[in-house]
Amino acid sequence: MKSLGSIRRDFAPWNDPNAKPYIQFDNVTKKFGDFTAVNNLSLTIFEREFFALLGASGCGKSTLLRMLAGFEEPTAGRILLDGQDLRGIPPYRRPVNMMFQSYALFPHMTVENNIAFGLKQEGMPKPDIEKRVAEMLKLVKLEQFAKRKPHQLSGGQRQRVALARSVAKRPKVLLLDEPLGALDKKLREETQFELMDLQQELGLTFVVVTHDQEEAMTMADRIAIMDKGEVMQVATPAEVYEAPASRFVAHFVGNVNMFEGKVAERSANTTRITGASGAQIVVENGGAVAAPNADIVFAIRPEKIKVSSKKPADAVNAMEGEVYDVAYLGDMTVYHIRLDDGQIVRASALNAARVTEDPLTWNDRAWVSFRPDAGVVLAR
Amino acid sequence: MSNIAVADAAAPSTAKPFLTRLGAGFVNRLVIIVPYLWLLFFFLIPFVIVFKISLSQTAIAMPPYTPVLDFSDGVSGFFAGFRDLNFDNYVWLTQDALYFKAYVTSVIIAAISTVLTLIVGYPIAYGMSRAPATIRPTLLMLVILPFWTSFLIRVYAWIGILKPEGLLNQLLLSLHIINQPLVILNTYTAIFIGIVYSYLPFMVLPLYSSLEKMDYSLIEAAKDLGCPPTAAFWKITFPLSLPGVIAGCLLVFIPAVGEFVIPDLLGGSQTLMIGKTLWNEFFANRDWPVSSAVAVILLLLLTVPIMLFQQAQARAQEQGK
Repeated sequence: MKSLGSIRRDFAPWNDPNAKPYIQFDNVTKKFGDFTAVNNLSLTIFEREFFALLGASGCGKSTLLRMLAGFEEPTAGRILLDGQDLRGIPPYRRPVNMMFQSYALFPHMTVENNIAFGLKQEGMPKPDIEKRVAEMLKLVKLEQFAKRKPHQLSGGQRQRVALARSVAKRPKVLLLDEPLGALDKKLREETQFELMDLQQELGLTFVVVTHDQEEAMTMADRIAIMDKGEVMQVATPAEVYEAPASRFVAHFVGNVNMFEGKVAERSANTTRITGASGAQIVVENGGAVAAPNADIVFAIRPEKIKVSSKKPADAVNAMEGEVYDVAYLGDMTVYHIRLDDGQIVRASALNAARVTEDPLTWNDRAWVSFRPDAGVVLAR
Repeated sequence: MSNIAVADAAAPSTAKPFLTRLGAGFVNRLVIIVPYLWLLFFFLIPFVIVFKISLSQTAIAMPPYTPVLDFSDGVSGFFAGFRDLNFDNYVWLTQDALYFKAYVTSVIIAAISTVLTLIVGYPIAYGMSRAPATIRPTLLMLVILPFWTSFLIRVYAWIGILKPEGLLNQLLLSLHIINQPLVILNTYTAIFIGIVYSYLPFMVLPLYSSLEKMDYSLIEAAKDLGCPPTAAFWKITFPLSLPGVIAGCLLVFIPAVGEFVIPDLLGGSQTLMIGKTLWNEFFANRDWPVSSAVAVILLLLLTVPIMLFQQAQARAQEQGK
């Protein structure tokens, strides 16, 4: 299998069979009455990893985080941190700290005292506390706001105080519950990179819960995609995007085109698929299920589909249709092509040149084509 | 030339806001005048009358004091009345130790009762604020429910419970916890029980409202940072509920100082409180001027510290809390 892009190639303990897991969820189930929030879930997180739990609201990702923090106890299964079973250990004795979605800053305390709160609980000597607080304020660039109360700060500043407070104790693991959820888009993007830098600088293990796939893709080393209390896939952002393990994951992350069909023929390197309407697609082998005659789905991302007015001469896979919709987004153009069998295909083209010689517009006849390795075969 | 242009441009733009400002100001004043009228008719005028009576002399007449400052003798008579005004009644209050004692006892009893009410009320309010949201309205209703019965009847009911052959003693005797009936009725203990019982809702409601709006994630954050539950309560929950604590304490303390029914019915003749003293002066002694003086001093005793306190609060709030 060809390698899929990864930013930090040097850091991949999940590929090392000898690597010791740092956080381990072992068949964890959590029920609230009749509702199963987390269902028999197993998950491994490594030291110094930036791990993201991604899913829609109600998928159990926050429950997972709260179990790690100690606010909820698993109904069944166990959670290990650095080899220690966390069952029965109250939140105030766990070596993890959490940054709350609401920030949960103490409104009656100054920024300084908020940051010092955890250190005072630890019984750290006063000069050390002062030193650490100053260090933290510098880290989040809030030195001149030390004496302010939370209500005198902007949203972004509050977020930084919350962050400083949660890392002040140097926890083994930092849990972040939608850390950037309350910030506006621009600030959020800036803060994403700051969080990544901070994680590198402090060498901590970060577990972040988010519903924003872009946020997860940007920051995380690995992402766990969750749905209905179960993990659908755990992989690097590139793997999640380029090699989704299921229809759900393919749909959940980014845009995707799905072709339903059957495996018609399988050779050494390629598999031929017959679409529902008779279209033939040839794909490179690599997907898990490709037994002959199996019902499968072929998933392909819009940017991997080429749109042209004539059939490309060398195309292995090409289908004809009509331009149904065109959206010009500046950096790229998104085409919706209605194939002759009725299916609508989404294709995006990077606007690399300012002037296009042969622009396609509404109702033009058009060809969509893609390479055999452009998509993945998934179980139906 | 340019000056004229500026003036022309400015005139229409200021004219309309000015009118609307005048209109809005008038409406605003009209709205605020209603509570002021209320205070004028139902607080200030009665207070002035009481104050006036407190400066006059007692007399065997109807009403039982020498009239001062009325217009029956014309304007000159009104001004002549000023000469008759004197502070004898106030001086008298300092001469008889009874009044001083009554004031002090009242404040002490009210203070102790307030603390007891806080101790009883806080857990109730806390439990209510942490109860599932669906049953909170019911709990709130239960707190308010006693108000639907007459206050007097509820205090009488306590006589039935506390008297030597009352329900409480019968229960304790039948359980063999005590051999002889406890003497509770006609003691200060009975007054404390009565005040705590009667004023509990006034403590619970403000406490509940300040506890209920508190974000529970603050407690979780405190625990997360290494704070055990008890410490989290004293460091986070309690300081944040202070506005409710203060409001509740004032709502209990102020009426408790001047309380008359509870000490009269439950405290018996041995107990001394200013409300009872006032009643005695007014109805038993028929000394309206002295009892008016007692009332005026009581009012000062209560309002002055509260005003000072409110001022301090406002100042603290201005400084950014």
